[in-house]
Amino acid sequence: MTKKMMALLIAAALCAWPVSQAQAAKKGSLQVKGSDTMVNLVQAWAEEYMAKNPSFIAVTGGGSGTGLAALINGTCDIAMSSREIKAKERALAEAKGIYPKEFKVALDGLAVIVHPDNPVTGLTTDQLAGIFTGRTRDWKEIGGNPGRIVILSREVNSGTHLYFKEHVLRKGDASSREEFSPDALLLPSSQAIADEVAQNKGAIGYYGMGYISPRQKALKVAPSEGAEAVAPTVDNVVSGAYPISRPLFIYTNGKPEGDTKLFMDYILSPEGQAVVEKIDFVPIVK
Amino acid sequence: MSNRRLKEKIVEALVRASGVASILIVSLIFVFLLKEGARLFFTVRPAAFLTGTSWYPISEPPDFGILPLILGSLLVTLGAAVIAIPLGIAAAVFIAEVAPGRVKEVLKSGIELLAAIPSVVLGFIGMVTIVPWIKDTFHTPTGLTAFAGSILLAFMALPTIVSIAEDALHSVPRAYKEGAYALGATHWQTIYRVVVPAAASGIVAAVMLGIGRVIGETMAVMMVTGNAASMPRGLLAPVRTLTATVAAEMGETVQGSDHYFALFAIGIVLFLITFVINMIADIFLHRKRR
Repeated sequence: MTKKMMALLIAAALCAWPVSQAQAAKKGSLQVKGSDTMVNLVQAWAEEYMAKNPSFIAVTGGGSGTGLAALINGTCDIAMSSREIKAKERALAEAKGIYPKEFKVALDGLAVIVHPDNPVTGLTTDQLAGIFTGRTRDWKEIGGNPGRIVILSREVNSGTHLYFKEHVLRKGDASSREEFSPDALLLPSSQAIADEVAQNKGAIGYYGMGYISPRQKALKVAPSEGAEAVAPTVDNVVSGAYPISRPLFIYTNGKPEGDTKLFMDYILSPEGQAVVEKIDFVPIVK
Repeated sequence: MSNRRLKEKIVEALVRASGVASILIVSLIFVFLLKEGARLFFTVRPAAFLTGTSWYPISEPPDFGILPLILGSLLVTLGAAVIAIPLGIAAAVFIAEVAPGRVKEVLKSGIELLAAIPSVVLGFIGMVTIVPWIKDTFHTPTGLTAFAGSILLAFMALPTIVSIAEDALHSVPRAYKEGAYALGATHWQTIYRVVVPAAASGIVAAVMLGIGRVIGETMAVMMVTGNAASMPRGLLAPVRTLTATVAAEMGETVQGSDHYFALFAIGIVLFLITFVINMIADIFLHRKRR
């Protein structure tokens, strides 16, 4: 009987041991959540950082809104966002005792993409606004082969969706009421947009520069009628010539402390900014 | 003796507790849904919510009109019903009345296997097979359409429809069939004049339960219907369903915002739709027993 008891006790101890270890590891763990555009970038930072530090960083996507909502709801430590926090979100956060602090960590160009066989090579931002609001319905109106334009957009939880709406459809005018055409297909990820564009000759979509591949053609974009159309490259984003680029943000709860602070310091260090270039984004400090 | 009675009592209490618990959980879910969803109606009129034709939940000010979403859900479901009902009933009749023993066993387990495929997997298969097929066959601008959703959902409704309808056909008393044969009816005449009408209420219940499953399905539909929140223009145009809207947007909302309440209000609408469908199925199932 006692032997059995001993065995049980040992078994119980063995079961409990890894658990207490896991709890110890959890102390130094950070939850990062948000923008799908930034997942690869922050994951790369996290891997480099973890190689040198004992803490554990979990990075998950879901969209900028998802990350900010998680920060406000207290389910993550760091939110990645490809747009600025809205005043409404900040108010909701403060009502819950959370004070989001903003860090600009990199720049990103948004590429507008079509099927590689599409004869159109460049558009002005006005033409883009016409297409995505649904006023321009046929490719022949803008110099392409006749055929219905299929508009692809990200879901509303995406910072990319919001940025595109505010800076391309509304041209940064806060009083504008332009919306995506209700006929726009809302796809759940940038990869889904890339796949649909690769197989649909009438489709047009957008995604972060990091996704550019030969399966889609990235259009040159001209900031205004008559101006030169500029390709979405790192150099053009840095020089400011490419019209659709945006800052990428990280939000923490209040002034970062402890592990969060160490991680943020690393991100903004020259070492961290070197990673940005490797992932095809644009560093914020050259 | 008393020990035995005590055991009896305990078991009885446990069984009762689990029965009560399931009812309690359902009502708690409904209360929660109602509590969160109803708060939308402080800012949006229920009529505007149900009949509004534009859904721009994150704009300033937002538009919370779910008519396109309701119609989208109904359209996809209707398409699925048109495909799945004849197919399902025919399959059930074949399994119950026509197929020889071995074929019957293989078919039954095959159909049960169909029910075991996760909907994400079906959605993925649909995305790479059905979607391009629709685009090439019907020359639509995109293959991401209500029709693609209908086809996938028909596959999901089939197992429910076939197995319940088959049960109903199977429980038609032998004497009915024997009577029909005795009067000189052929096999086929017996099936469509006697067996199917006798099992009609069970078959209707099977159809309703199949449809109930379809209208609540989310993942596969979200992957293949394009999710454009415009008023549906037919089966060969993209639609956005109620379920896909909740799934796609729930992650983004901040708890306590109007958008969050609106998604719960969509939940209420969905709950009511499935509740009515299940009620109808239940009424028909009970009529059968009598």
